[in-house]
Amino acid sequence: MNKAREEGIITSITGYRRPYFATQPAYLYPGYRSTLKRAPTQPLVFLPHTLSEVTGPVFGYDDVKPTDSDLTRQHDGEPLGERIVVSGRILDENARPVAHALVELWQANAAGRYRHAVDDHDAPLDPNFTGVGRVLTDGEGRYRFVTIKPGAYPWRNHYNAWRPAHLHFSLFGLGLVQRLVTQMYFPGDPLLEYDPMYNSVPDDKARPRMISSFDWETTIPDIALAYRYDIVLRGRDATPMETSRS
Amino acid sequence: MSLLTTSSQTVGPYVKIGFESFTVVELAPPSVSGERITLSGRVADGDGKPVNDAVIEIWQANALGKYAHPEDAQDKPVEAGFRGFGRCLTDAKGGYRFTTIKPGRVPGPAGAPQAPHIVVTVFMRGLLKHLITRVYFPDEAANAEDPVLKLVPADRRATLIARRSPRDKAALEWNVILQGQDETVFFDY
Ligand SMILES: [Fe+3]
Repeated sequence: MNKAREEGIITSITGYRRPYFATQPAYLYPGYRSTLKRAPTQPLVFLPHTLSEVTGPVFGYDDVKPTDSDLTRQHDGEPLGERIVVSGRILDENARPVAHALVELWQANAAGRYRHAVDDHDAPLDPNFTGVGRVLTDGEGRYRFVTIKPGAYPWRNHYNAWRPAHLHFSLFGLGLVQRLVTQMYFPGDPLLEYDPMYNSVPDDKARPRMISSFDWETTIPDIALAYRYDIVLRGRDATPMETSRS
Repeated sequence: MSLLTTSSQTVGPYVKIGFESFTVVELAPPSVSGERITLSGRVADGDGKPVNDAVIEIWQANALGKYAHPEDAQDKPVEAGFRGFGRCLTDAKGGYRFTTIKPGRVPGPAGAPQAPHIVVTVFMRGLLKHLITRVYFPDEAANAEDPVLKLVPADRRATLIARRSPRDKAALEWNVILQGQDETVFFDY
């Protein structure tokens, strides 16, 4: 092994930590009905983190346009609703910033309606709002969107089911196993306690981390209120694994 | 300092608007070397019904077995124009399709090279967190020695190996079956 390392054949791969107990939802969560026919029924197979998993797609400033991060300026007119700034940092579990991470955002409009063919909620579309954004974090892992506060919307999961207002976030970190899709909620939303999605996370401390906080300092006077939402991706494990440099 | 990873949530039924503007179904422009292939198939749920609101993402090395990523320290070139990332939204019949090149072998744990493979991530309404799986190539002797495939129970390995179309040697077919007979192997990542 040592000889191989001297010759440069062996290099070490450090995997990522496995999720902390109960901080991630299970696949099967009967309160969310769609999981019943879509959750795997066979045992998952443990995947060692090889070079294929610690690497992942690399994005750059060519992949985003400045207007991608301001959802209020994607049309000729102004969208309806309450303008908000949503900003924060993308960090890993070791509190290291994730620089140049691609952050994608999609959401309903102020009335709780998506610009999507299957959304038949009886609420108006806004011709000046698409509800899709994208941004790359800076060197310190910071991101910032300007958008509209989305409305709550009904869904058919159970009687009188309403989703709390939320933004959908998609993140690409440094490696494939850091990939994360989550939802950002708003503080003080009375619908959260009734929401199966939110409540699918078993851990009492992990759930509220999906709720943003009102952030006076990043408001834009006379223009927009602001919310802060930091997102944590998986961090590196302590012990490297040996891998050949073939 | 130790923070806890943010919890995963489903992409929900409207993922199409979020991901549609950044789809990549042709991974390799003509300048990129390697054996050209198409990888296509369908996604089916526990009732065998097509999943028309899924997103398939793929991640792969180039034909030399090199990832376009700073942590791939192998002394092999990356190729301009080949990122190795693809994203496809399934159509009304649950179908997806990529055109790409067959990846080369990349190093695995403890020195054993891995068989050529593509890492696949699956998102959809009804999945509170995404699934990760892999697709391997048919008629590949290296599959027998692959360190990850070896971890999969022998009677389920076939779900991770694409089938070659009888009409077109460059066309590989591979399905994502969420439940039941021939349920695809998904990994605990
Ligand atoms: Fe939603």
